[in-house]
Amino acid sequence: MYQDLFDFRQGREGYYGQFGGAYVPEILHETLAELRAAFDEARHDPKFWRQYVEVMSTYSCRPTPITYCDNLTRLLGGAKIFVKREDLNHTGAHKVNNVMGQGLLMRRMGKKRVIAETGAGQHGVATATMAARLGLDCRIYMGEDDIARQRPNVFWMEQLGAEVIAVTDGTRTLKDAINACLRDWVESMSNTHYALGTVCGPHPFPHMVMYFQSIIGREAREQMQKQTGKLPKRVYACVGGGSNASGIFAGFLEDSEVDLVGVEAGGLGISSGKHAARIAGGQGCPGVAQGYKTYFLQDKEGLMNDTHSVAAGLDYIGVGPILAHLHDRGRVRFESATDTEVVEALKLTIRSEGLIPALESSHAFAAACREAPQLSPDDAILINQSGRGDKDIFTVADALGDERWKEFIQGKAAAYESAARKRGTL
Amino acid sequence: MAHAVVGYPSLEVNWQMLEAMEAANVDLVELQLPFSEPIADGPTFVKANQAALHSQTHWEHYFALMSRAARRFSFPILFMGYYNSVFRMGEETFCDRLSHAGARGFIVADLPPEEAVGLNGHGRARGLDPILLMTPTNSPSRLTEIAAQASGFVYCVARKGVTGKRTEISDGVESFLGRCRKATKLPLALGFGIKTEQDVRTIKGLADIAIVGTACLEAWERGGRSGYTEFLSTLSRGRS
Repeated sequence: MYQDLFDFRQGREGYYGQFGGAYVPEILHETLAELRAAFDEARHDPKFWRQYVEVMSTYSCRPTPITYCDNLTRLLGGAKIFVKREDLNHTGAHKVNNVMGQGLLMRRMGKKRVIAETGAGQHGVATATMAARLGLDCRIYMGEDDIARQRPNVFWMEQLGAEVIAVTDGTRTLKDAINACLRDWVESMSNTHYALGTVCGPHPFPHMVMYFQSIIGREAREQMQKQTGKLPKRVYACVGGGSNASGIFAGFLEDSEVDLVGVEAGGLGISSGKHAARIAGGQGCPGVAQGYKTYFLQDKEGLMNDTHSVAAGLDYIGVGPILAHLHDRGRVRFESATDTEVVEALKLTIRSEGLIPALESSHAFAAACREAPQLSPDDAILINQSGRGDKDIFTVADALGDERWKEFIQGKAAAYESAARKRGTL
Repeated sequence: MAHAVVGYPSLEVNWQMLEAMEAANVDLVELQLPFSEPIADGPTFVKANQAALHSQTHWEHYFALMSRAARRFSFPILFMGYYNSVFRMGEETFCDRLSHAGARGFIVADLPPEEAVGLNGHGRARGLDPILLMTPTNSPSRLTEIAAQASGFVYCVARKGVTGKRTEISDGVESFLGRCRKATKLPLALGFGIKTEQDVRTIKGLADIAIVGTACLEAWERGGRSGYTEFLSTLSRGRS
């Protein structure tokens, strides 16, 4: 079924059922054709995948392990809980898989400059890391509001040599950063690659990003068989754009007995309207924006809605077209978890297992914790821990309402202020 | 051809702009329907789209302005916008509404020709011209594909990038227009970064129509109604 997804009918290249396509200004037509050609050539070259795996095992931490969560399993009293540890990747999340893959592709295309959008900052940090490693010029577009929320990631991007541009249009978040990248690319494409961070955007991005992220699922299937002697009953992954979910699901698409569960951001609750549950919330409807067709959270005149999530990486209006299609085909089930449930699941996981999932990944944990008690102890379930939460210390501390952290930050601020006063700059 | 983002700075000002266009003998006018994700537009129009939406410019306001303008003014009016608006409205409904409002054609900035076959058919059946874009990065075979779908005239994009930034009318533009001529017998309109009387003068003989969008809006923002009228008449001088 994984391969079938990409056997496009003539004239329907880049379509997954009714979703996908390449809705871009005509000026980008030849650029996308060039990228498709380079990607097709690379994926038909067996050496390319081997080179990719080699890079990921020596520069990142692949294969990432699968951890059995004995304590969590006992606490919940149902299925055995296993976790795929994408948090152990270099830069702390699965994002680096896609980015290093696209970096290798850029080498084949001979492009020397990379641009990328970032929401929470993870994809931006991963791209800046790749650019530093491969000696590329790098510019990251990030919504002004996200910059304010994610200063530590901006700090690292800049240390890595990237130029971070604040996007002041629209809602000043991820979708506006994507628009800004497209606007840069329509001018700079002759020497620049746009390293899109998720399984969205115009063809071939959804295909290409899923291809690189499929390394997660390929490893996980083999590891589960080795560690448990069978396949998991269910696989859980959070879904913003959908790259980590597409990656882990890729390994299990042919196994019809394995339920695939995508977990969207329920935010303050579906009825509040402040969420990013495009599919599970039942409020997304088909539309075309940012270069592709999918379920978008939009109003009746096709204007995009504001979204909300405690996890900046899930706070997005659209969803990967392949996942939208797999939902329509009944292959992937969509659920949502609210901010409150997510913070509870995060606390439980930290205390019982010493694992610190990112707020994004904690959505997958929340849904798994909800469902595990209904399953038998003979069943195994697998959660994709797409990223680590300690990089989110500011957001997590706020989400947990930690008073001593607040005092620490206030103390830091006071110290900076008094030092500045002494220098006479205030 | 001149351009206005409907609802920015306001529907009333849009009307004054249209009056000034008529006075300056503008040959064609595109009216942009604002959208929340205008990926082909530069900063001036991005801001204009947002502000128009912020002041609650809806489809009904857009079509009401278009109808009124089509009845009042002699220049042909075109729709300009993004595909999600068309898609949400439904392609046939969209064409019906345009045709009832008196439009003569449409430009959909993010709809590639291979996706536009259905819409273009619905449009032609109602006497609407689908205006397609040719760009300097297109191969000759792509230009031929685009030409096969086009009616009315072809919108030639003078350079890479988004709307607004100034374009040097160079030899590159001339050879690009030569490639467009080879691909189509339709009139050629040149747009993106055309800003001055001198630009209009330079492209005379190369293209059949000069498209001025961002520069018009900037003229309004700088000089209000009188600055705008003056700017349009300057451009007009470039034609003669």
